[in-house]
Amino acid sequence: MMYISRWKALGILLTTLFVCLLAVPNFFPEKTVQSWPKWAQRHVVLGLDLQGGSHLLLEVDTNAVRKEKLEQLRDDVRRVLREARVGLSSAPVVRGTSVEVVVRESDLQNALTKVRDLSQPLGGILGGAGQRTLEISNQGGGRIQVTLTEPALVERIRQAVEQAVQIIEKRINELGLVEPLIQRQGNDRILVQVPGLGDPQRLIELVGKTAKLDFRMVDETVTAEQALASRPPPESEILYGTSREGRTPYVIEKRILVSGADLTDAQPGFDSRTSEPVVNFRFNSAGARKFAQATAENVGKRFAAVLDNEVITAPVIREPILQGSGQISGSFTVESANDLAILLRAGALPAPLTIIEQRVVGAGLGQDSISKGKDASYYGSALVVVFMVVVYGLFGVFASVAVAINVAMIFGVLSLLNATLTLPGIIGIVLTIGIAVDSNVLIYERIREEVRTGRSPITAIDAGFTRALATILDSNITTFIAASVLFFIGTGPVRGFAVTLGIGIITTVFTAFTLTRLMVAWWVRWVRPQKLAIS
Amino acid sequence: MRLHSSIPMLRIVPDDTKFDFMRFRRISFPASAVLSIVAICLYFFVGLHFGIDFVGGTLLEVKTKTGQPADLAKMRTTLGALALGDIQLQEFGAADRVLIRIPQQPGGEAAQNAAKDKVTASVGDEVLIERAEVVGPRISTEMLATSTVGLMAAILAILVYLWFRFEWQFALGAMIANVHDLVLTVGYMSLMQIDFDLSSIAALLTILGYSLNDTVVIYDRIREMLRRYKRMPMPDLLNISVNSTLSRSIITHLTVTLSLLALLFFGGHAIHSFVSTMIFGVVLVGTYTSVFIAAPILIYLGVGTTRAAVEETAETVKV
Repeated sequence: MMYISRWKALGILLTTLFVCLLAVPNFFPEKTVQSWPKWAQRHVVLGLDLQGGSHLLLEVDTNAVRKEKLEQLRDDVRRVLREARVGLSSAPVVRGTSVEVVVRESDLQNALTKVRDLSQPLGGILGGAGQRTLEISNQGGGRIQVTLTEPALVERIRQAVEQAVQIIEKRINELGLVEPLIQRQGNDRILVQVPGLGDPQRLIELVGKTAKLDFRMVDETVTAEQALASRPPPESEILYGTSREGRTPYVIEKRILVSGADLTDAQPGFDSRTSEPVVNFRFNSAGARKFAQATAENVGKRFAAVLDNEVITAPVIREPILQGSGQISGSFTVESANDLAILLRAGALPAPLTIIEQRVVGAGLGQDSISKGKDASYYGSALVVVFMVVVYGLFGVFASVAVAINVAMIFGVLSLLNATLTLPGIIGIVLTIGIAVDSNVLIYERIREEVRTGRSPITAIDAGFTRALATILDSNITTFIAASVLFFIGTGPVRGFAVTLGIGIITTVFTAFTLTRLMVAWWVRWVRPQKLAIS
Repeated sequence: MRLHSSIPMLRIVPDDTKFDFMRFRRISFPASAVLSIVAICLYFFVGLHFGIDFVGGTLLEVKTKTGQPADLAKMRTTLGALALGDIQLQEFGAADRVLIRIPQQPGGEAAQNAAKDKVTASVGDEVLIERAEVVGPRISTEMLATSTVGLMAAILAILVYLWFRFEWQFALGAMIANVHDLVLTVGYMSLMQIDFDLSSIAALLTILGYSLNDTVVIYDRIREMLRRYKRMPMPDLLNISVNSTLSRSIITHLTVTLSLLALLFFGGHAIHSFVSTMIFGVVLVGTYTSVFIAAPILIYLGVGTTRAAVEETAETVKV
């Protein structure tokens, strides 16, 4: 048992060396590491709590998606029935999760066929069991109920999240940030992590804004005051705009002349006369045509640029705008004009997103945590090493070497996994220093016991190792189970703790089984102890 | 120095200790029962101080721009005027650092962000926001649920593992001992009003892992002794097992304590409550439990009784 073959010893040493070497890129500046081959570049990523940055978790507003989808369905039903010249006793309305329409009994069969044509088979994974997007039921008396199926809604939300991820990516890339992480989470969530951003509020505004821009006419049949006093005309609504004077109500037609989806470009600029910041935009050909037609028909009237139900500007159309480009002036600052241009270029989010979790750490605080974490690690290891050497002498030195290699290996594995090191992660490493010693203590104490039962030194060491290793394995597996559970339930920093703790347990068991044994085996061969003194 | 032929230089624990740990069960069991009841009462009557991870709300860590000590009374008046409920202010580690806790606002996720913006705007001239965390009601509810489930799952997974490796009595004994640890730790957290958040769950799971680690080391030895001494009465056998692992237990706990103390004194204020919980759970409770609860409880769970019975039947057959 205490004899370890040369090949085995070599294997152990090479493995240990290799894992330790994996940690090397962490000690060089980023610039230097980038010139190395790809496989050698893996390194530990500092968590947002250590390097500062923003963590945002966004959720797609499922209700908004459902509402939009149902309204679209209502319009589709109205359209197909009108095209088929079906007589309606009552126009289609959204009720709960379905659209209801009452048709003349004589047209019922025709109407049912037309509405059924709207339903499509669900593609992809969800369409496995012949699922369709709509369920159509005949309620009797000419009443038809069209229900949006749950899989269809889920599919729509999935698409919305996918599009939203791309749009947020575009928006954030425009800010030129280093290594942003944008990731879908679960069905309806998006995780955005941006390290080291100076102005988190700006990020929140850029990421969270739907940025749905439309151009609509101002309804001038009533004044805003009249509309507020009674109610706006049925085809119009009251929207507000914010200017330097405060919030102003406007009566705006619901009909959209041109939407932001038709924009091809948007750039911040300055108005040539007032030199105020503005946003210049350009439409695609379809948008340009629609815009030209609308402005030609409405010269002298006011139209409005509406962003997320907020009126940005409502100028009078002085002349038809035919070239397909224009300018939005509002009360912009240089930065807000720039941000609006970014939002318009990236496009609108397919559905509103809500920020459901937000954690922002300043870079200074992170730096502080790193230096304190380092201090704690140094003092912690120093205390443990001194203690072990005092208690076990030379064997204590072995244990300290094993612990030092353990820490190096933890960093090696973290680098290999490109794992994130967080403040709780540092706690995990310091705790590993304490617990890695335990495996050595278990072995040494066991050897001592074996010696006391009268065994010769070498057989005592042998038996001590064999018995202690079984215990080491048993006792570490329990902690490992706890660490794995923590990994699955934890997020962010806490997950970082689970990672270092878990890796620490693995390296601890590894070094106990191999390295510590190797060191003791060599010592035995070198010294050939006749007797292990016990105090 | 003759290094080569000596392992130990210093004996922390003398060899061949013969403490009668099992006799203490008449004290330790009632004591633990009383302490557990006290802890449960603390939980129900004082209550855990839930952090924003589990109840939602906003947490801001701010630093005065001047570097002068923060005027908490003035901030309290300023923020009180915002009518955002019970805003708590607390000096955090240094006189110029303040932790601002804004309770969960009615009105869903958007209301939380709005509240944060209001507070930022009203104190923003005087302080720098070093850290801002906003947790909406949905996430906090979810986190509480996953954490509870996770903690249960961990206990269950460890129970199953121990059941495989030992006999069911050992698994059950370890569980009773370690749930006892968790109960006491939660009581301690209620008493000290430590923020109970995700990192507290991490602390609880680590305490669970480590104190089981300790228990398993003793149980391993008990199992070995059960095989070796077929006729020794259980209390004696348990005493031998605990005594023979005593040196290891104490040395290991000293090293873990040293690491934790280093974290407590040098690790900064941010991890203070995490580390103090760990010290309570691992060092104070965990050690005591494995020796005075986990081992003696095996007597009541009937470990070793079947062993005697088997032997007796064997003997009768022989006769």
